[in-house]
Parts: sequence; C-alpha cells; structure tokens
Amino acid sequence: MKIPIKVLINNKEVKTMVEPRQLLVFLLRDQLRLTGTHIGCDTSSCGACTVHLDGNAVKSCTVLAVQVDGRSVHTIESMAGSALHPIQEGFKEEHGLQCGFCTPGMIMTTANLLRTCPNPSEHQIREALEGNICRCTGYHNIIKAVQYAADKLQKEVKHV
Amino acid sequence: MSNTNYIGQSPKRVEDKRFTTGNGRYTDDIVLPNMTFAHFVRSPHAHAKIVSVDTSEALAMKGVVAIFTGQDMKKTGIVGVPAGWQVDFINGDRMKEPPHALLVWDKARHVGDGVAMVIAESRAAARDAAEAVVVEYDVLPAVVNAAKAVHDNAPLVHDDAPNNKAFDWTLGNPIGEVDAAIAACAHVTTLEFTNQRLSPNAMEPRCAIGNYDQYNEKYTLYTTSQNPHLTRLLMCAFVLGIPEHKVRVVAPDVGGGFGSKIFHYIEEAMVIWASKQINRPIKWTSTRTEAFLTDAHGRDHVTKAEMGFDKDGNVKALRVNTFANLGAYLSTFGPAVPTYLHGTLLQGLYTTPKINVKVTGVFTHTTAVDAYRGAGRPEATYLLERLMDKAALEMNRDPAALRFQNFIPPFDGVTQPGYVTQVALQYDSGNYGPVLERGLEMVGYENFRAEQAAARKKGKYLGIGFSTYIEACGIAPSAVVGALGARAGLYESAQVRVQPTGKVSVYSGSHSHGQGHETTFAQVVADKLGIPMSDIEIVHGDSEAVAFGMGTYGSRSLAVGGSAIVKSIEKVLEKGAKIAAFKLEAAVEDLEYANGKWTVKGTNKSIGFGDVALTAYVPHHYPAGLEPGLDFSSFYDPANFTYPFGCHIAIVEVDIETGKVKLNRFIAVDDVGNVINPMIVDGQIHGGLAQGIGQAMFEEVLYDDDGQLVNASYMDYTMPRADDLPMFETDRTVTPCPHNPLGVKGAGEAGCIGSTPAVVNAVMDALHPFGIKDLVMPMTPERVWRAIHG
Repeated sequence: MKIPIKVLINNKEVKTMVEPRQLLVFLLRDQLRLTGTHIGCDTSSCGACTVHLDGNAVKSCTVLAVQVDGRSVHTIESMAGSALHPIQEGFKEEHGLQCGFCTPGMIMTTANLLRTCPNPSEHQIREALEGNICRCTGYHNIIKAVQYAADKLQKEVKHV
Repeated sequence: MSNTNYIGQSPKRVEDKRFTTGNGRYTDDIVLPNMTFAHFVRSPHAHAKIVSVDTSEALAMKGVVAIFTGQDMKKTGIVGVPAGWQVDFINGDRMKEPPHALLVWDKARHVGDGVAMVIAESRAAARDAAEAVVVEYDVLPAVVNAAKAVHDNAPLVHDDAPNNKAFDWTLGNPIGEVDAAIAACAHVTTLEFTNQRLSPNAMEPRCAIGNYDQYNEKYTLYTTSQNPHLTRLLMCAFVLGIPEHKVRVVAPDVGGGFGSKIFHYIEEAMVIWASKQINRPIKWTSTRTEAFLTDAHGRDHVTKAEMGFDKDGNVKALRVNTFANLGAYLSTFGPAVPTYLHGTLLQGLYTTPKINVKVTGVFTHTTAVDAYRGAGRPEATYLLERLMDKAALEMNRDPAALRFQNFIPPFDGVTQPGYVTQVALQYDSGNYGPVLERGLEMVGYENFRAEQAAARKKGKYLGIGFSTYIEACGIAPSAVVGALGARAGLYESAQVRVQPTGKVSVYSGSHSHGQGHETTFAQVVADKLGIPMSDIEIVHGDSEAVAFGMGTYGSRSLAVGGSAIVKSIEKVLEKGAKIAAFKLEAAVEDLEYANGKWTVKGTNKSIGFGDVALTAYVPHHYPAGLEPGLDFSSFYDPANFTYPFGCHIAIVEVDIETGKVKLNRFIAVDDVGNVINPMIVDGQIHGGLAQGIGQAMFEEVLYDDDGQLVNASYMDYTMPRADDLPMFETDRTVTPCPHNPLGVKGAGEAGCIGSTPAVVNAVMDALHPFGIKDLVMPMTPERVWRAIHG
C-alpha cells in the first residue's frame, strides 16, 4: 500500500506516492534523484544525510517520507544560487573537504548552526558538528571553513 | 614568478564546486535503465557448515528477479578471488591460499560470509526476500585471536592449513646473531602488545553496479574502487574468466578509501556475473553494518618486541616476533602487509646494527585483514616508538635525547649514498635531526616539563609523547616487489593528449578518492607546460579512457603517477620543439621553452604552445618525416621506494577520576620531500593524524570468542568526531626525493603512521606516577580508570 504525500522540496511542490516505511532519504535519492544527500550509516550516527525540514537540520535517514507530508524540505542542491553559498565557499576556500561524501551533510548542519549562532566559538562549532562524521579531514579545515562562513555571513549582514 | 608557476602554490581545488553543491557522482548515484537491486544473505555465524539453503519462499515474493546460492556458484567452476601477493614459508613450502569463493557452499568462515545473492526490483524487495531465504547451519567452534589460532587444538579455518598458518617469514640478521647481541646488552626493553584491529570506515559504503549489454556483448562495472584497472584484470583473468577487452570498469567519484577500496571484492564479481544471467543491470550498495563485516580490516598483530641498549643508551639490537591475523581468507594485499610493509620498516630512524623479525600469518574466523592507511608501517612505527619512550623511562633518559643519540646521520642520496638498512631497504634521502628539533621548539619542550611537574602537584596529570617515524611509500619498484612476492609490477601510466587548440587532457592510472589529483596533477602539467590550469583536465577512474593503471594506495599517486605524467610532458615538449623549430626556421638546440612558448634564444622570434599543437594536427606546413599529432603515453617504474619521515608529539591530560584522556595538543613536523600543493598536503596530514589518533584513543573492532563482531555500527564503533580533536600544529622540513623527477615522497599515510604511538606514549608519560608501564589500545576511559584504580 502506498500513501500520497505533497511536500515542498527546494521550494518546488512535489506530489508522489510512498510506502509507509519509506525513509525521506530514499525519497530524495531514489525517487527525486536528489543525490547530493548521502547515506553513510544505518543508525543516524554519521550525518551525511542531513537536510533541512521546515528550516531545521534533520537526518533524513531517521525521518519517514510520510512525515514530511505538507512540510518543506531543503537539500544541498538548494544552497547555491548563481554563486556558491558562503558556507560552500568556506569549505572550498579552507579545504574543508577531501572525498566530498560527508560534505553536503556538513554544510547543511553548519547552516543550521550559523542560523542559530552566527558567531560560534571553536568549541561551539565542534559541538555542533559532533553528529557529522568526516573520515578525511580530521575536522581541522572544517572548523576553519565554518569560521570563514561565519565571518562572511556576518559581513553580509552588516552590509544589509 | 610567472602566472604559470603553479608548483608549490595552493590553488583551491578544481573538484570542490561539484562536491559542495551536491553534484558529485558516486557509484550509488548512478541509475541505469531497467536496473535491479541485490542484497546478500550473509552468515550470522563465524564458523558453520551450510546444511541447506531454501530459496523457495523468497523466490515467490513480489518483485524478486533471481536468487543465486553457493551451490549455484559451485556449478560454474569459479574458484573465487585470489591474493595478489605470495609469501612462502621459511622452509620453502608454498603459502597456503585456500579459495575465497564468491558465495560459500560448504562452510561459512566469518560472520558476513556470503551465502546467497537475492536480486529484486527494489532495494526493499531484495532485503525482504533475503530475510525469507532459509539457511540451515551446523555451527562449529571458532577462533578469532591469531596467537591462539596456531595452537594444536584450535579450530581450523581451512582443512589444508595446519595450525591455521598461511605462511611464516623472517627478515634481517640471522636470529643467532641477534640473540647474542641482545644477551650482551646492558639494558633490554620488552613490549608485548596487540596492535588492535580497525575498520577503515570510508564514509561512502562500497557499491557496485554490474551491467551486461547484449548489444556489444560487453560488461560494465561501476564500482567504489581505488584501482579500477587492477579490479578489471583480477576479475577477468583470475576470477570470472571473461575477456578483458569486453569489460569496462569505472570508478567514478569515490567517497574515501584508506585502503579498503583497493581490493577486488566478491560483490563486484557477483554483480557482473549475475547481470549476464538475468540480462539486466544490478546494483548492490553496502549497508554500514555490512561494511564492518565485509570491508577488509586493518592491523591486528600480536607482537613481542625486545630492544637492547648498551650502557650508554645506544641501540644495539631488535628482536620481533609477530602473529598477524589475516582473517578467514587472503585478501589482495593481505600477505604483504605484515611482512614486506612491516618487517622492512623496523630499522626506523635508528642505527640499530642487528635486527631480526619473524612474522606468522594466521587464518582466523574473522573478516579478512589487509592494507588500511599506512598498512604495516603504523605497526612497525608503533613497535619502535613505544619501545623508545618505554626504554627512556626505564633507563631514566630523556626520550628526545635518546632519539637524537640513535638517529642515522644525514644523507642526501645524491652526493652521499642511500642508507642501507638491516631489513632489506635502502633509504633514499634523510635528515632526521631537524624534524625533532623543530617539534621540540614548537611544543616548547623546555617549559613543558616544569608545567607538568607543577600540574601534578595540583592533581592534574599531563603527559608528553614522541614518535619519530619513517615510512616506505611510492610503491613500488616492480622488480623489487616482484622479488618480494608481488604478483604484479607497481609502475604507473599516464597519457598527455594535447588537443589541436592547445588544451590538454591527461589520462592518469592513479585514482583520486579525496586526494585532489584533479588539482595537484593539473598544477604539475600547468607548471611544466607554462599554460593555465583551466586549460587542463585530469581524467581518471575509467578503464575505457585510461589505457592502464595500478591505482592509488601506498602514498604513490604523485611519486609514481605524477612521474609518469612528467615523462609524457617531456615527450610532448621534445616533439613540440621539433615542430617549433621548423616553423621558426631555427635549430632545436637554439630554442628555449618558457611560459607556454618556444623562443629562439636571444631573439624575439617565438611560437606559442597552442600554435604548435594546431600545426601538429593540421600538418600542412610540417617537418618532413615527423608524424602528426601531439599525444604521448608513458609508464613510469620508480627506481626505489620513497621514504618520508617526521616527528609527531602529543600532549594529553588524563582525568584520573574518570580515566578520560584529553588530547590537548598535537604537533606534527613531516618531511614528505618537495610539495606541489601545501594546502592539500596539510589536509592529507590532518586526516592521517585523526585516523592514527583514532586508533590510539577510540577505535577497535571487537570480536567475542564466538566470532561475533560486536560493534559493527557507528552506535558502537567509536569514530573520532569533531569534539574529540584539537586544532593540529603542523610544519615541514624538505628533503627532496633524489630519484623521481618531482622530488616528492608522498603524504597520504604519514599522519596515520606517526601519530598513534605519540598519543599512547603521552598517556604513559601522564600515568608514570601511578607505575603504569603499558596499556592496550585504545585508551578508553574504562581501561585508563581500571589501570589507575584497579
């Protein structure tokens, strides 16, 4: 049995049918072909599947597709406009990624952090990213990437 | 500096736009028309006879396309996946190499052994049906520990490998000489330890898509591989017996490897074989728990090591005996890691005149063990560097001074010969004192001891630990590794194809899965050709595009693959000069090449790279007898390994109430030879450090006595997280490699090789007041607390 859902994904309305047990991450990856959201574990431990649900970061491997009916989901594919988002730019400028697999999740979690805490300390960044595993960078340059993005976003706010 | 001087600069990575925007293309992102999904039924027992496999209920389920069992595979005559390295017994007997079947039909030999493959219309349907396959097992006793597995009464993993021995092996000076040298020493420091088993844990789980196309009778395998060509060769010639020219292997964006994606795995062969049976594409994607059960593990040595000193603290002898756990089957590099990548590194940075190592390779009822970042060299470094710090404490010597005293004197490998070790290597170039001097300066060693003493009075336990390491990488000279048992040479290939417009496509046999080759290699080409990086594309990971390649592991891409690129560039410039000379009506000897153009020396007559390229492809006005085109391939076989070295220093604080170890500072001074992109090299070091520190503090694959892997998920296996680590303090010295054209040594594994003993030494230093001399890794709060309070 499949259930109809209607959901805003990256500001576009999507109507589809899903199995009740279908996870949000498989709706995104397999049905909608939004493959920037990744699956790194089966236990909500690694954060590679992080997306925004109604503006808050969630792990899309822990959310059922039926739960997003009537709600708004944003994925990594929505972050850049004509230029990279300052967080994406920070990861590139500070070499905050290597294989790139954890990167979309890191960026989505960072966006959540900087929305609620625009000028985080190193300690606050480390705590905020504790649910996202990176095996390549040792986190050193990810911390610097988040600091770069925080600086840039704050300067943009001042200009506005 | 011209605007094409790229070597030594840190341009931002070419790769990052696609990765930061979600546009990376990893294997699981690929969808083929009419694709099916596979799920494997795996043994839940470490050792069990397979009595029967009943697929009738599963086959009747909705969406199920086919199911193949071990019995089906037995009928095909396919033996299984081979080892790539042969290490024979000391007495000359051949290495035991029992078959590693694609699906087992007689016995399961580790938890996760493949019993059946279920193929269905969706991932979910395949999983549902896999649960409905009924397998009857006759459970047998298991053995998981390498030192116990060699006992006469231990359960046998393979009937034809008595005492579970795959091989035994020795290297160095005759044991009698080493025994005598140890007996004559004033002081002998002994270390008995387990270098624990680890899971590499690339964040992208393995994935493979097999597609047989009736149109041209060709197979395509998309796979998460560090070396697609080697996978093709092994799969075609040694596993499935299918024609290599009818198989294309593509390794697209790969989400980390760390060794675990070097090897040819059974799932790759199964999706290819089965895709022809069902005439549809098949995708298999590992779950994380499957990754823990089936990705090759790393380390797992049980070792006794003794280091002897004279009364003045000079190292006089080293004796090592190791039982190396190989798991249930020999993986591709499995036999090489504990032998030629471990025993050969036991000289370290020291002038030890007598060394003997013995290694016994042992089968157990566990997942196969193979190369994991560092592969053998972390085990050698842990052994040596723990011994050094332990000996310093026992002899009441300063650990830094003890190292300085025993370092091999500097040699550049050009005017002075390379250093010949007691364990079969010749180091290329080295200057070891400065890395330790710089490390001591960065850490503020003189002040630290006073700070430590003051802190102890306040009940705060600080410790400092050192590690001065060397590694052998850039593997490898083909003749040398051939003599050591490798079944393939380890050269690399590269093709530099200049397009008619002067744009350049480079086809490399190396494979990038995070290392940033698309940037670093382009820097090398841009610098050598004097053209912008944006005019260059690096193509890798596709056997149809790249002629051949040995892939990426052993920190070899730049030293070996980069050298192949340089060779091809030299050929391009040599032919280009002939065309330029013709067009300029000058002699080749009178030309010089700089900033993308050939100029007649002492004149302003010149011709650009793009004009020469166009002339090569539109040869209307062209040198007689010269072939058109500007496109060269090269194979580069290195003359020697490369030998990066460095000094790692950890400062920890141990909370004696909770046993928790906090890593306060980590200093790494590495010498990786010349550096093409400092930003990327720093990133490689950082990542290696995190994995090495992870081994020291957090990580361990745990089997219970029945062979159950009890922590096969991220809920249970402790990965280093952002709040576990400090900012790293790094610096470099530069001792160029004398035998490759770029002077580079390799940086991928250094961080992981040097860091582990530095952390453990620091914890031992902190715990010295409690009389604790050694602890097994990882340094978990429980272990540390029990040691203090137990």
